Amino acid sequence: MTLASMDRKFEQRKVPKSKDGKRLTTSAMIASLEAEGYDTVAAPFGHALVKLAKKNEKIVGLSADLSKYTDLYVLQKEMPERFYQMGMAEQVLMSAAAGLSREGFIPFATTYAVFASRRAYDFIAMAIAEENLPVKIVCALPGLTTGYGPSHQATEDLAIFRGLPNMTIIDPCDADDIMDMVPEIAAHNGPVYSRLLRGNVPSVLRKHKPDYKFKLGKAQMIREGGDVLMISTGFMTMRALDAAVKLEAEGIKVAVLHVPTLKPLDQETILQSVASSNRLVITLENHTEVGGLGEAVSRICLTNGLKPDFKMIALPDQFLEAGALPTLHDMYGISVKKVTTQTKQWVEERNKK
Amino acid sequence: MSQISKKLLNVSLEQRAWNIRRNALLMGEVQGQGYIGQALGVADVLAACYFHALEYRSEDPNWEGRDRFLLSIGHYAIALYSVLIEANILPFEELETYGMDDSRMPMSGMASYTPGMEITGGSLGHGLGIAVGMAMGLKRKNNSAFVYNLMSDGELGEGSTWEAAMSAVQHKLDNLICLVDFNDQQADGKSTHALAQVPEGKKWEAFGWYAQTVDGNNLPEVVKALDQAKNLQDQKPRVIIFETKMCKGVKFLEDREINHFVRVEANEWKKALEVLEEGKPK
Repeated sequence: MTLASMDRKFEQRKVPKSKDGKRLTTSAMIASLEAEGYDTVAAPFGHALVKLAKKNEKIVGLSADLSKYTDLYVLQKEMPERFYQMGMAEQVLMSAAAGLSREGFIPFATTYAVFASRRAYDFIAMAIAEENLPVKIVCALPGLTTGYGPSHQATEDLAIFRGLPNMTIIDPCDADDIMDMVPEIAAHNGPVYSRLLRGNVPSVLRKHKPDYKFKLGKAQMIREGGDVLMISTGFMTMRALDAAVKLEAEGIKVAVLHVPTLKPLDQETILQSVASSNRLVITLENHTEVGGLGEAVSRICLTNGLKPDFKMIALPDQFLEAGALPTLHDMYGISVKKVTTQTKQWVEERNKK
Repeated sequence: MSQISKKLLNVSLEQRAWNIRRNALLMGEVQGQGYIGQALGVADVLAACYFHALEYRSEDPNWEGRDRFLLSIGHYAIALYSVLIEANILPFEELETYGMDDSRMPMSGMASYTPGMEITGGSLGHGLGIAVGMAMGLKRKNNSAFVYNLMSDGELGEGSTWEAAMSAVQHKLDNLICLVDFNDQQADGKSTHALAQVPEGKKWEAFGWYAQTVDGNNLPEVVKALDQAKNLQDQKPRVIIFETKMCKGVKFLEDREINHFVRVEANEWKKALEVLEEGKPK
């Protein structure tokens, strides 16, 4: 038997330093996602939910002892009568949300993505999804957004929930996606699982496309380009856009199709985008390569007779390392730098053919 | 008192319980199987709930003012169908469709199939948590209805039961009444040889509940316990642990080596109905 822990070397390490001499510390759980060059919005989910709750008396929020870390604290502070502290008990968090929705309310149940997808799954499946109840499950720390290691890295949440009938699944890119998503998912008469970026969240998409607005179930082209079609979800659209700008300077023209709703997938827009030219198609997701956007896009292409040159940028099928997020994003190929160099390499290989 | 029993005051609870047992045996005969041991055991509790404690409208199972009755134990569906038939929520004639294709009465209880079935049970340890949310919701609406959750002693082993139990106390859910069918039998043997304990009530009291333990096959005791649970003024949730006997009312099945899933041979259903007939209330 080989335990994963046996492969580790427990020798004393040196303090790692970045080029500018700063220490590379593990990003704290409360840290916001690093995104250079973008304005940020503080706690977009919490403020959007309060705004909606003031208009709709059916909205309630539930926390499993993570209101500060899911931005639900904004509701707790401003509308305490709409807030339920469920304690560190994710099973009853989901069951109680089911019960509240049965009585006509629209509960937003919040926790970390790992706990919703792993610990509370049966309760989401049977109490919520099987009955198609309008519970909105909104979860922080999606994919690789913390350096705390596998206990907090929800790298397979999308795969888990994609298998669940009735579930609508969203991976928002930025603060604007999150703020516009909240009223749309509340209006949707069924269960929703949404990933969440919290804290100071960058505003990205409208900087690239000023008239962009999140639409539930819709994929939207953020920028055009004739060499590569990047199909991306979540904050990987931010990476795709930043990489596209860098690649343009090197003469590689990249289109970016943002797919915030993973289920139901906007097949029509994706297929049209793929079929419209002979571009290299690259999917990008902050998620394991198993069961996420890449596999979903490849399936709809193949079953519809499209066979584009196809590559995937996703997290590997592994339990990921602990450490500083920038280091980890480089290590697993989802930083702007790695996305840029990888894309350039694939384009050059393709041109040689 | 339910609307239906107001109309039919001449029918005793003993007769209701007997009718529930008869309905269950008739359904068991249709399929040649079913969780008949549980249905016979819990029949008195169901009779007291539906013909004494609960408010509901037979013609409108979704009436907003109804007391909510959750069947956490989906495999007890045969027992709940039996009482829903007795309560005129399901027609008696439909009994013969039990467990068949296109039936509104599948072998395991699901909300989307059956009028009067509030939740989809069966994945055990779910009912009490959903009951917590419904009780919260009723309070938000200033609706004075109660939420009843019927669970089994086997479900006492699910951690989610205790998450919900703590939550109910934390949120002062005095509109929540949990009913535990304590027949000391689960799939692999005695519940008390697994995670259930005697006296189980002490555990609930320690969690902050108002707990009663009564003989679940003694109707006057069952009625009294339900009354006390409803009338308690304390701001705490209430639990009644009903000690029941599997297969109650059909002696030769009672005496059989008791199993979670009682085997009844094809020729024994008729015999069971005959034995039940002998014990029909006068």
